[in-house]
Amino acid sequence: MNWRKIGIIAWKDILEVRQNKSVVLSIVLVPLIILVIMPLVMLLVSGSAGTAEAFTGDPDLQMMFENIPPSIASAFANMNDIQMGMAMILGYLFAPMFLIMPLMSSTSISAESFAGERERKTLEALLYTAATDAELFIGKSLAAFIPSVLIAWVSFILYVLVLNIGGWSIFGSIWFPLPLWYPLVFWVTPAFSALGISATVLISTRVQTFMGAYQTSGSLVILVLGLVMGQAVGLIYLSVWIGIVLGLVIWLAAGILFFLGIQQFNRKKLLYQNAS
Amino acid sequence: MEKVVQVSGLTHFYGENRAINDLNFEVNRGEVFGLLGPNGAGKTTTVRLLNGMFEPNQGEIRVLGLDPATQGAVIREKAGVLTETPALYERLTARQNLRFFGVLAGLSDAEVQQRTEELLGLFGLAKRADDRTGAYSKGMKQRLALARAWLTNPKILFLDEPTSGLDPEAAVQVRELISDVRQKEGTTVLICTHNLDEAQRLCDRLLVMRQGTSVAQGSLQDLRRLVSAGLWVDFSFLEPVDFALFNGAAVPGLIETKINSDTEFSAAVRDEKDIPEVIETFVKLGARIIRVQPREISLENIYLQLQNGGGLS
Repeated sequence: MNWRKIGIIAWKDILEVRQNKSVVLSIVLVPLIILVIMPLVMLLVSGSAGTAEAFTGDPDLQMMFENIPPSIASAFANMNDIQMGMAMILGYLFAPMFLIMPLMSSTSISAESFAGERERKTLEALLYTAATDAELFIGKSLAAFIPSVLIAWVSFILYVLVLNIGGWSIFGSIWFPLPLWYPLVFWVTPAFSALGISATVLISTRVQTFMGAYQTSGSLVILVLGLVMGQAVGLIYLSVWIGIVLGLVIWLAAGILFFLGIQQFNRKKLLYQNAS
Repeated sequence: MEKVVQVSGLTHFYGENRAINDLNFEVNRGEVFGLLGPNGAGKTTTVRLLNGMFEPNQGEIRVLGLDPATQGAVIREKAGVLTETPALYERLTARQNLRFFGVLAGLSDAEVQQRTEELLGLFGLAKRADDRTGAYSKGMKQRLALARAWLTNPKILFLDEPTSGLDPEAAVQVRELISDVRQKEGTTVLICTHNLDEAQRLCDRLLVMRQGTSVAQGSLQDLRRLVSAGLWVDFSFLEPVDFALFNGAAVPGLIETKINSDTEFSAAVRDEKDIPEVIETFVKLGARIIRVQPREISLENIYLQLQNGGGLS
């Protein structure tokens, strides 16, 4: 395994992705909307008059507060209704939304990297190089994995700043991140990136275009939406332990898909598919 | 003479379809060898097999003494390939493209830098080296793709339709570059083409292919002999000549004659070396020659006759 070759493959792909405006735009816009604009608006609105009454008067919200497990409720001790409402929405219900970040960026970058080569007819020249199939596969996977995890981490830092600075008038202290976010950011996020990449690699060997690969692998967002819904209806509450277990399951799924992807990623198969 | 490529009994299937059938040829060190044939003849598949992209179903291949089926990566490190399309990364500059392929070929950073500067100069791209290649003309892209193929000082260069899709001016430029650089660097070149003019200008020897099989191979002269018994030469005379006298004379190397008029005559000889003997015989008979014109059979004629005439090899 030649790491210099792997490095140059990743360098080239990242350089190409940086020039693709549609990919860059989607990678920048989604975190900006979900992790900056939406929470800011919510924090500003919650500071306005009548919000406290809305929280205490809403039977659904009250029922949600009453049903939260004790491990989470302990984090809310000493919080008033507005603080608890905001912590619940932005600290817990938003947590799965954060996973959209690594999933979206990893699928768009890897679709650009794997299916994009075929679409732009550069695949054959790449296959004629002295790089082995494994070096090509790892280089391309790293080109998607490293930026998508970094983007998620930078987005997390932004989210921490937005919640603490924007919510200072409500909380009057640094209240975020809550403990469950640590496994989510440093364990589940890389797992979701790996899952997005492995799914896209598998799909990319069967489709001819970047959009085809991106749209198909983008359906993984259903997983995230499932988590959001599960939390909203009280079916599941993310905690440190659930985060660790969730990460493990996603890593396993990603591992299986990677294994299947490696089987598909060889010169002979890629050239046959290219010719067909 | 050192054999850079040796192919014997090569057969390859795409699924049920036989793409290559019992192909045999050799390429000598330093020569330009052409694979000539229409689309679907198996030229590109042959190049892929020589580079270890596929394993052949039958037969034996040696490239630079290596077996592509097991040592494909080593061969690809020592060879340069120009694919049918330039296949450049158009969002990257020429320099970035060359750096990428140089490192993948195993060159050190210093080697990549030195070779990049040399080739950008040689291929006339130095001034646009830091422009994105997406903004290049077709001819420039093809020149850069050629530079990429030559990046590693390859021992053998595979060129798949090197002038395909280029305007005539760019095609001439690319052909001249191939000729010049090949002479400067002494590279063995294998060209896949259906451009007969290109093959005639560039190739020392040719393998004519049809539907995966070899139709004929050899130098242009060898191929000429396959379709015509000899070299036809047309003679014109100032005054009428009694050709019966000529036909009665014993002329070495003469194969066939044809009287066109009382002042025009054609003779088929074994090769160019026999022409002076024919002229000498006419002069001895007192004929006054005003024109001697060997009739060149173009590769196009040879190719069409071979393709239509069935297997001659």
